[in-house]
Amino acid sequence: MRKILASEALREILLPLGRMALFVVGAGALFSAIMFALAFLAQGSGADKLLLETHKMGILEYTLGQLPQVLIDGMTLGFVYAAIALGYTMVYGVLEFINFAHSEIFAIGAFVGVEFLIFMDRLGVLAAAGPLGSYMYLVLALAVAMIASGSVAVLMERTAYRPLRNSPRLVPLISAIGVSFALQDVIRMVESLTTGQFYRVIPTFGNFDERVALFSIPTGGAPIAVNIQVKSIVVIVAAVLMLVALNYIVNATKIGKAIRSVAQDRTTAALMGIGVNGIISFTFLIGGALGGAAGVLYALKFTRIDPFVGFMPGMKAFTAAVLGGIGNLTGALLGGICLGMLESFAGAYLGTFTMGRFGSEYKDIFAFLILIIVIIFKPSGLLGEQVSQKA
Amino acid sequence: MKPTLRERLGVLLAFCNKGRNPYWLTGGLIILGFVLVYLSPRSIPAFLLFVGGSSLAYFLEMKKPARLAFAVLVAIVLVPILGARNIFYLEVIFQIAVFSALALGLNIVVGFSGLLNFGYMAFYAVGAYLWGFFGSQQPFLLHEIPGTAPPGTPFFLAPDWFYLFIFLGIIVAAIVGLILGLPVLRVRGDYLAVITLAFGEIVRQLLNNLDKPLNLTNGPQGISPIQKPTLTPEVVAFFNQIFEPLVGRPVTANQFYNILFYLIAVAVVIFVIIITFRLDDSRIGRAWTAIREDELAASAMGIPANKLKLGAFAVGASFAGAMGVLFAASRTFISPESFTFLASVNVLTMVILGGIGSIPGVIVGAVVVTILNLQVLQSISLWLAQLRQSDAFIPIINFHWKDLSNQLDPSKYQRLVFGIILVLMMIYRPAGILPAGRRQRELEHVDSVIDDEVDSSIAPGAASSSGAVSKGKEDDHV
Repeated sequence: MRKILASEALREILLPLGRMALFVVGAGALFSAIMFALAFLAQGSGADKLLLETHKMGILEYTLGQLPQVLIDGMTLGFVYAAIALGYTMVYGVLEFINFAHSEIFAIGAFVGVEFLIFMDRLGVLAAAGPLGSYMYLVLALAVAMIASGSVAVLMERTAYRPLRNSPRLVPLISAIGVSFALQDVIRMVESLTTGQFYRVIPTFGNFDERVALFSIPTGGAPIAVNIQVKSIVVIVAAVLMLVALNYIVNATKIGKAIRSVAQDRTTAALMGIGVNGIISFTFLIGGALGGAAGVLYALKFTRIDPFVGFMPGMKAFTAAVLGGIGNLTGALLGGICLGMLESFAGAYLGTFTMGRFGSEYKDIFAFLILIIVIIFKPSGLLGEQVSQKA
Repeated sequence: MKPTLRERLGVLLAFCNKGRNPYWLTGGLIILGFVLVYLSPRSIPAFLLFVGGSSLAYFLEMKKPARLAFAVLVAIVLVPILGARNIFYLEVIFQIAVFSALALGLNIVVGFSGLLNFGYMAFYAVGAYLWGFFGSQQPFLLHEIPGTAPPGTPFFLAPDWFYLFIFLGIIVAAIVGLILGLPVLRVRGDYLAVITLAFGEIVRQLLNNLDKPLNLTNGPQGISPIQKPTLTPEVVAFFNQIFEPLVGRPVTANQFYNILFYLIAVAVVIFVIIITFRLDDSRIGRAWTAIREDELAASAMGIPANKLKLGAFAVGASFAGAMGVLFAASRTFISPESFTFLASVNVLTMVILGGIGSIPGVIVGAVVVTILNLQVLQSISLWLAQLRQSDAFIPIINFHWKDLSNQLDPSKYQRLVFGIILVLMMIYRPAGILPAGRRQRELEHVDSVIDDEVDSSIAPGAASSSGAVSKGKEDDHV
């Protein structure tokens, strides 16, 4: 195998960065345009009049004023989903099987990271840490969570999936559901046996809760301040770094080439001297590690986690993977960002536009509807190649 | 050579089936179990003996009328007596009946036609909310805030509409099954599983959120009270006249409701079992099997695969709809919490544990999982609680039981139990405890390799058009 040139390596780093920027801008612009059009059409409706009464501004103005905040939130959520979706999509690419238990890998990552931080907090070092120190502890928590989640994922593959590798497709799927349920209760058991409560709250430390004011939009009513939480920035930066690293591993290293070849044709890859089992374990390892890190980021963003925390993000990330084209890394990224944006838009505007008749609680339904629509009408997703469905 | 376990069991079975032995054994065990449960209503081994004895009527070889006689004796006479003495058993058996019907319905979808369905509880919810809505005050509360009812709000329908609604539940759930089935027809395998899961979650979220703009479902609080069918005092008096000496005390109207629901549930289950057996033996059943084994070949033979798949969804859904109506009436309270993904997986566990596609297997699965859930786990919890109260300790590691965290409550760890059951069954016995008679390619990979090779060599055009067959073959060889 020829060596990878430095310029090629650079390309593999810059290319995904460019793609991410493109996806964020593209998805943001698309959703904003749709929202703008809807607001334009809704002028003069009941919702418009209500807003004029309560906020002293029309629906168009209101929509535009909220837009930057919604975009920022959507982007944060989107990167978390993308990081989880990569785990689904990598396993699907290699084994053609939906790893249902990936949502619990995510939850394990969240719990291990948060437990680590709680432990550090109890030691007192977390409060004493300066701004730089707090970032160091966060990185440590991420690392611990990645190791734990990665190992659990490998163990899971070894015990529950490998014996079933040549079975018909529904068999490992059912096994994965079983693993998922069992892990939920294992987490709950461990957590509730240690302290009597099965949920955890991430300790407050560092300056993650501060808000950086970006700008404020003058309106007819009170000006709308646009700000971004430090932890949102941290989530975005960490997710982007991990996604670039993963992309580099898969596309520019020797082991990445092996992963791709196993995904393409397992038999031939084995004939070419690739240890298929090792590569599959490695795929679970990095997919799991990424999911675990996403868990810590999720905990950082939403502060409270419980053993069932993985289900919804897991389903949404799976939707993202399907939306982008399952088995396709870039697709998972695009799907994640789209879904994050969609959820953020639905959460922000649905209540306003329907005058409170349908609130933001319908945002989960949106994700499921998208999943159904994509699977029925375009099972290959936005970027995927034509995959046929197998029984 | 030492006889293997299987051979020993074979000898035992042969002895049990010899001459008149089956009749004596079954009758004896049923009576013994009955007497034991009658004398000590709280003993679980006695209850298991009773259930085991009753199931022998199915497993041993005997004449059909004798089997029926045993079944009628147990279902109509013995269980109501035991149930009147200890309502808890009636509850267990009622749940077994409900879950048997659900598992049989899911079995038609998953077992017969090979379509994995993770959102089965949605149909159950449809039935439950159908009677929950029309059988309560809810139609008059459409514009009220959830949870508030003006005093004196009448019920929408008279309670005895309940019986009609069992049939309506069948129809409405079947229609919902058709609606769900229509878009899903294009999808197979694991994508189908995920889609049905998404449908189930959507239904649950809708139930949770449809308290506005019109208060249809009362949101997360659920609907309550829901009416039960009326019960005239004469019926209770009649029952007491016959059974009071046996039960030992007169039965109140409230307790008699449990018996009534039990009897309705048993009637529905018998109906469901008959339909399932008839379907399995029919043209439709064989067509379902054909679709499950190879949809392409089945269509090529002229089987209308889409219609039959829709039919499977509708039939499976209708069983759940009927049981949903019954569930709503028996609980008088329903909320979205009863129709979660966990509940769907619960039913799936029964089907898989018992044996996908096998009717007796599925019923055994429902019995085992329900007893595990309601009795075994509960009693382990109780036992642990007692140990916690005591001074006992484990000698070698010097662990005092009273130090055991009271969070360790096995009855709360259903997910763990179900999860482990699913994984172990898939690894060691994918066909279930009582495998279905017909060979299942879905679960036997050894044959599927050969089949796939044959498929792709006979029909290269078909293989490339679906792409699935040829790719599956490569996977199987690794």
